[in-house]
Amino acid sequence: MASTEADVFDRLGRGFRALGAWIDDRFPMTKLIKEHATEYYASKNFNVWYGFGIIATFVLVLQLVTGIFLTMNYKPSADDAFASVEYIMRDVDWGWLIRYLHSTGASAFFIVVYLHMFRGLLYGSYKKPRELVWIIGMFIYLCLMAEAFFGYLLPWGNMSYWGAQVIVSLFGAVPFIGNDLAEWIRGDFYISDITLNRFFAFHVIAVPLMLVLLVVVHIMALHEVGSNNPDGIEIKEHKGPNGKPIDGVAFHPYHTSKDLVIVIVFLILFSAVVFFAPDMGGYFLEHANFEPANPLQTPEHIAPVWYFTPFYAMLRAVPNKLLGVFLMGAGVLLPFFLPWLDRCRVKSIRYRSWIYKLALGLFAVSFIALGYLGLQFPSDPVVFFCRVFTTLYFAFFLLMPFYTRIEKTKPVPTRVTP
Amino acid sequence: MRNAVFAFVLGFGLAGAAVAQHEAGLAPANINPSNTASLQRGAKYFVNYCLGCHSAKYVRYNRLAQDLQLTEQQLVDNLMFTGERPFDTMANAMRPEDSVRWFGTSPPDLSLIARSRGNDYIFNFLRSFYVAPDRPTGVNNTVLPGTAMPHVLWELQGTQRAVFTTDPEHGEAFEGFEMARPGQLSADEFDEVVRDIVSFLDYIGEPIKRERQQLGIRVIGFLLVFLLIAYMLKKEIWKDVK
Repeated sequence: MASTEADVFDRLGRGFRALGAWIDDRFPMTKLIKEHATEYYASKNFNVWYGFGIIATFVLVLQLVTGIFLTMNYKPSADDAFASVEYIMRDVDWGWLIRYLHSTGASAFFIVVYLHMFRGLLYGSYKKPRELVWIIGMFIYLCLMAEAFFGYLLPWGNMSYWGAQVIVSLFGAVPFIGNDLAEWIRGDFYISDITLNRFFAFHVIAVPLMLVLLVVVHIMALHEVGSNNPDGIEIKEHKGPNGKPIDGVAFHPYHTSKDLVIVIVFLILFSAVVFFAPDMGGYFLEHANFEPANPLQTPEHIAPVWYFTPFYAMLRAVPNKLLGVFLMGAGVLLPFFLPWLDRCRVKSIRYRSWIYKLALGLFAVSFIALGYLGLQFPSDPVVFFCRVFTTLYFAFFLLMPFYTRIEKTKPVPTRVTP
Repeated sequence: MRNAVFAFVLGFGLAGAAVAQHEAGLAPANINPSNTASLQRGAKYFVNYCLGCHSAKYVRYNRLAQDLQLTEQQLVDNLMFTGERPFDTMANAMRPEDSVRWFGTSPPDLSLIARSRGNDYIFNFLRSFYVAPDRPTGVNNTVLPGTAMPHVLWELQGTQRAVFTTDPEHGEAFEGFEMARPGQLSADEFDEVVRDIVSFLDYIGEPIKRERQQLGIRVIGFLLVFLLIAYMLKKEIWKDVK
């Protein structure tokens, strides 16, 4: 009997179904796929702002994979680190590409995460019932900052060295235990081989492990409550006869096919940087970092990498170091409390009053301005503007319980608008 | 929607705003990285004038030959004088103890000098030596005052004097150079030599640069085609969503 093509596929299909059933008896494979993909419903009217979550996930995977390959040739020692990075750039096949993907990925991660967080502010994604999604996200952001800080020392360039020196010395401002604390972090009296080794350990295993776990928890919490949307309404409140939200479409294949387009657009912009401007004029890879770490020679102008500069500018806004460090910490931690600072019941900016639009606009301008000012030499007008924008930044959060209570909101539709 | 795209592009764009910026007061080097002849001349000048004191310890001779389109014989005949093997890196013969004794400091490795200081800086530095009898080397430099480096290219450039004006408000200000004793080359010819050296230093700073940019065009080309296909797939799948 000659078996036809259809026969073969038929038997293959039966085989796969049997295998699937065998797995499902032992592991909730089909259940997970349904819960998180084919039967997870998210609003059909997502705009581009809703693309940064998937891009951030993509960048996380990119950083993990390129990081693994970098670790294969990188040497975490004060004597060899700088040379091993140049070895990767020159002698390892495709090493330059892996390294540029990783260094550009670090900056891209922050750009994407800042925009992802701003989306939350635009559409009230931190509000009930998504408070935990927001808070877990904030923990991811803290981990990301730690990961970037530890990773920045590894190339052992002169800016790596002095940047780490400046940031670790901030812990020295803590009363009484400050100097001991800074010494405990460094493991030495100054940034040394010992510091490099422990930062390497944190950068390649401790923090990435936390990051991945937190991202999984972030997505689990999100899928429990469901995604928000640009109208800030709950699509679960309007279900069709089949019990599915009328305004939602399944994550797979609808949102996955859309996300593919989004990720490719991101990759085009990302490639433009990786292949044509990997140092970004000294902002992604700083000029002084092409000289090996030198404990005896400070670079002309030390500033942290651009993604830390908004908070660095707050530090420089006050003459007192302890107060500066406190402000900086408060600036990073305040967004944690957003779900309770915002007293307005309406989620989306589309239906909120001019008061919130103005406040959010000023906040965005302040954050970008602080980022710019943090990169500048702290001369007279720079410090003055640091103070102005630091005040505005804190006013956004601290005055929020007052200005959001008096908002006159517009009526919110019951169904999503196209 | 358009705002988001704008913000996203801005994020990348902001940081790139300074890419084309030149450092204040420096003449642009205007090198052409795809000019192989210039790179070859630069390699020759580098080996003859720089490598005696400075190393380029991350640069391999055979990689150089390959990228600069030289045969191994040309490499050995023109660029390798002290018995190195083609896969060696560009070390120098001067011991650090000696250089500290002779110059007060060890000359820095030049593998990455173009990336740490910039092409314009090197271009101007090499053109800005002037006679200063009070200095141990007999010269000083307006770009890096007090440099320990002697004027290595003096035979080519000649020696020049720096003219300073004294202004009661701002103190001494640099006005310009005047030629004290002309060298073998005219000012323009000398600039070309310096430009060749800067080209070469720019190349050894990142030997993969040319290939990187060529690959980038192909990668982005592929992504644009992929984008079109993915967009058509998305349209097809979303057809029934009202």
